[in-house]
Amino acid sequence: MPSLAERLRGGRAAYWLIMMPAIVMLVLVYLVPLLDVLLTSVTDPKPGLGNYGLLFTSASVQNTLLTTLRIAAITTFFTLLLGYLVSYAMRGATSRQQRLMLFCVLLPFWISILVRSFAWLTLLRGSGPINGALVGMGLIDEPLELVRNETGVLIGMVHVMLPYAVLTLYANMRGIDVGLVAAARSLGASRLQAFRMVFLPLTRPGLIGAGTLVFILSLGFYVTPTLLGGGKVLMVAEYIAVQINDTLRWGLGTMLATALMIAVLGTLWALSRVIDVKRLFGA
Amino acid sequence: MSVVPPNPLVRFIEVRKSYDGKTDAVRSLDLDVHAGEFLTLLGPSGSGKTTTLTMLAGFEQPTSGRIFVGDEDVTSVPVDKRGIGMVFQNYALFPNMSVAQNIAFPLTVRRVPRAEIGRKVAQALAMVRLDGLADRRPQQLSGGQQQRVALARALVFEPRLVLLDEPLGALDRQLREQMQYELKQLHRRLGVTMVYVTHDQVEAMTMSDRVAVFSTGRLRQVDEPRRLYEEPDSLFVAQFLGESNALAATVARRNGMRCAVRVSNGATIEATAVGRCSPGDDVDLVLRPEKVAVGAAVQTCANRFAAQIAEATFLGDQLRVRLAAFDRDDFVLKLPNAAGQIALEPGSPIEIGWRAEDCRALAR
Repeated sequence: MPSLAERLRGGRAAYWLIMMPAIVMLVLVYLVPLLDVLLTSVTDPKPGLGNYGLLFTSASVQNTLLTTLRIAAITTFFTLLLGYLVSYAMRGATSRQQRLMLFCVLLPFWISILVRSFAWLTLLRGSGPINGALVGMGLIDEPLELVRNETGVLIGMVHVMLPYAVLTLYANMRGIDVGLVAAARSLGASRLQAFRMVFLPLTRPGLIGAGTLVFILSLGFYVTPTLLGGGKVLMVAEYIAVQINDTLRWGLGTMLATALMIAVLGTLWALSRVIDVKRLFGA
Repeated sequence: MSVVPPNPLVRFIEVRKSYDGKTDAVRSLDLDVHAGEFLTLLGPSGSGKTTTLTMLAGFEQPTSGRIFVGDEDVTSVPVDKRGIGMVFQNYALFPNMSVAQNIAFPLTVRRVPRAEIGRKVAQALAMVRLDGLADRRPQQLSGGQQQRVALARALVFEPRLVLLDEPLGALDRQLREQMQYELKQLHRRLGVTMVYVTHDQVEAMTMSDRVAVFSTGRLRQVDEPRRLYEEPDSLFVAQFLGESNALAATVARRNGMRCAVRVSNGATIEATAVGRCSPGDDVDLVLRPEKVAVGAAVQTCANRFAAQIAEATFLGDQLRVRLAAFDRDDFVLKLPNAAGQIALEPGSPIEIGWRAEDCRALAR
């Protein structure tokens, strides 16, 4: 009869064996190309950190990065604001209403991002139904410039990001005991005080989690800014694509990709100092 | 026993509550809570006791009827404007605040000056013997400590009225008895009016000045614990509070408070008539198991019957004996485990007896 330790070891080996195909796959199609990207960023066109120097010297690189950070930050702000309202409403709804609302929140997930971007383009353009209605009602004289600029990019990105924020915030809010708000009220707090002093602080982990998730995902947006920005809003993903596809400056492209990855990992690390990241993403 | 002056602090007038419009969670409740008393709302789950408390707190509006606190009609006053302290079953401490911040909460939202808050919180902490734990988080405290924080938080703003919703339900027995004692001490010392909800009849008996017994949305009886036990008005109260032998019977004669009733096997029992019942009416006869005498004491009883022992269970301080009598085999008597106990062999005959005063014929 094998000892307990031996049997455990045997079990371990079996686990590794089962995981092997996935690990091999991950190394070949993910880790190897990633290392290649890292390598290219310090070897092309010539070995050294010259590409990374561009972060401090090239105005166009800096502009792109600043635009990216700004758009990601503004997107995060509005997504959190709208997502909070939706999750709060869902939390107060009956379970039947909750299911319906959840379905509506998830619906955009099943529609291609291309289709959604073109739909926004149609809706928001100068002669589109939104401007048409506003002009028709006499609220404005000239059509608003809602698309082919940063406004359009933001509208499109907030729309794409909203489900992520809602799901994260809703999961957090569901875990909050409704009795706490009732207790606050019974102790003399007005609705607003109960919200501000009890509910809002308890949703802080959800806000931080949803904010980080949305911010990180926003940094890498490609299709939406390209289509809704009308070439005027250059975010880092599109900039990278241009370097790889058109100007063939692979070194610059891979450097920016690496920088983006470091920024994401850095954000996650900073987050992990504040809250339990594993728990936040359901691990 | 303290004499409670009968000036009502709280008054329920014909209060009815229905959640679905069809069934009533509380039906036509008239109840006064005296200033300074410890009143317990007792009943099984679904009896309406908690609904009554939530209406008094202001979380729910009565479907009809009015609720007064002092001279004020609070029926439609929102929960935060009622100035009532409340302790919840799950404590409902705010996990994002320290113990001191939790206790300070009612003062903070009332915009009490900071220095005064500090002083009152310190006092409240001392009152519930939690000095030194001010900076802890609620999650770091034991159940009993958390309950003390909840209590301090409900008392710190000196409300006239404190509501407690099964506050000791989550504690183990020993801690519970300790907290019962402390709660009672606090009540005596502060003179605050407390309305307490529980389904635990022992807890209700131990702590209360008066107990209001609820079942199926109705207030059955409200009385001092002793009277409630000795003189129940209904079969429900007789059986919910302690144990009772209950026999269906028909009134044969009635003479003032005294009556004679006939039970199914034809035996006639002398009893005390409660409520409106006259000869021919069906009544429920109730008798506490500990009021049944055996041995020599039987000779002085108005009611004397032959029975047969079915089972005797030894409970330490007392013996619980199940008898076959009156065509049934669930007639129970309890005997103190005293010296010179008679032999109680299953199957052997035994003579039992009780006084007419101890046996109540309840009108249906």
